[in-house]
Amino acid sequence: MTASPLGTRIRAALTGLALALGLSACGINNVPTFEEQAKAAWSEVQNQYQRRADLIPNLVETVKGFAQQEREVLTQVTEARARATQVQVDASTVTDPEKFRQFQEAQNQLSGALGRLLATVERYPELKSNANFLALQSQLEGTENRIAVARRDYIAAVQAYNTELRTIPGRWIASIVYPEAKPMETFTATAGSERPPEVKF
Amino acid sequence: MLLRRAGLPLALLVLFALAALAQSFPALTGRVVDAANLLKPEERSSLEAKLKAHEDKTSDQVVVATIRSLEGTSIEDYANRLFRTWQLGQKKNDNGVLLLVAPAERKVRIEVGYGLEGALTDALSKVIITTAIAPQFQQGDFAGGIDAGTDAILSILTGDAEEWQRHTAVREDETSGIDTLVTFLIIAFILFQVFRAMRGGGGRPGFRRRRGSGPLIIPMGSGWSRGGGWSGGGGFSGGGGSSGGGGASGSW
Repeated sequence: MTASPLGTRIRAALTGLALALGLSACGINNVPTFEEQAKAAWSEVQNQYQRRADLIPNLVETVKGFAQQEREVLTQVTEARARATQVQVDASTVTDPEKFRQFQEAQNQLSGALGRLLATVERYPELKSNANFLALQSQLEGTENRIAVARRDYIAAVQAYNTELRTIPGRWIASIVYPEAKPMETFTATAGSERPPEVKF
Repeated sequence: MLLRRAGLPLALLVLFALAALAQSFPALTGRVVDAANLLKPEERSSLEAKLKAHEDKTSDQVVVATIRSLEGTSIEDYANRLFRTWQLGQKKNDNGVLLLVAPAERKVRIEVGYGLEGALTDALSKVIITTAIAPQFQQGDFAGGIDAGTDAILSILTGDAEEWQRHTAVREDETSGIDTLVTFLIIAFILFQVFRAMRGGGGRPGFRRRRGSGPLIIPMGSGWSRGGGWSGGGGFSGGGGSSGGGGASGSW
């Protein structure tokens, strides 16, 4: 017995402390932490897309009142909205490339249809000065901008999470402690989708 | 040897590359950051006094910024990132507002923090820009437009401030109280364990107590650090707030 009981006790306590702090410092919690952050960012993306979908019926009604002859564009928007809201989105959407692609495609189509609608509005000065339309338009612009911010945050969060999963030591930690953790899908920039549709005054 | 000689220039090169990549945002020197030089000193100080009075009353951080250039990006993107860099509004309430003017691109934006989106809505922000700010900017009266816009923002915020403060006060109590208690208990527990381990070994020689001092449970992860940089006193800095792109933009 070379070490005194006191020394052993202190050493045991300190080793435990150092082990716990060390594990924490080397990032045993990084995978779930980043995963939760990415999930939160994803809910914000969904939330903002939902908000846009909620604004559209009102917008379509208002435009109809002034520009009935634009039936084709209006129908396109309504249909694109229906398709976008029909896409089933759940927790597995972010880790399933096919589901994620469907979601993104449906939303992009809606963005395109909305852009065309707002372009035709240019031809109706009365509509453009309608107070209801102006309020809707500013809400829609705000939502498009929030979508852009939410997507940017989501991309950053997923990048941090995926990097953690694919680099060492996160990769080792994940394979031992979090075997169910899967990399998440992220948005690919399609033409015009990274910017909100241009709305002129 | 070769590596060492190449090291310094390489490091400098990397530094410069990083500096070039990062957008050069103006420093948050006060509640009015007039990088584009649109305001006279007395206009600036009267604006600052107004904004400070509002912040002292409601804790909302309203900041006016003019910039020389958007550096190729959109005003929405620039405003959001500037807002987050400056961290306007208090951390828990996200109650910041940024009025950003880019005279070179003829763009203006009101960027609203998460916590104030309900009071200063996109539609209201748009109305402020189209009725109070843009007409004066069109005539070249930047000081008048900024002043009228600020007045409009402050009046909307004060209209809702009492109601809003009640909400946040309740929320603040709930979270921070429990948080501090839990943190305190955990620290007390750890100290107790360490103390016990030391005491346990220090008994009479020959008399051995049962080994082991119970499991050492230590919370891991990043829940420890708390609090953004809220500086009182003379200087001004953001309180740690954030924005998700609320507000409106316009041009003139």
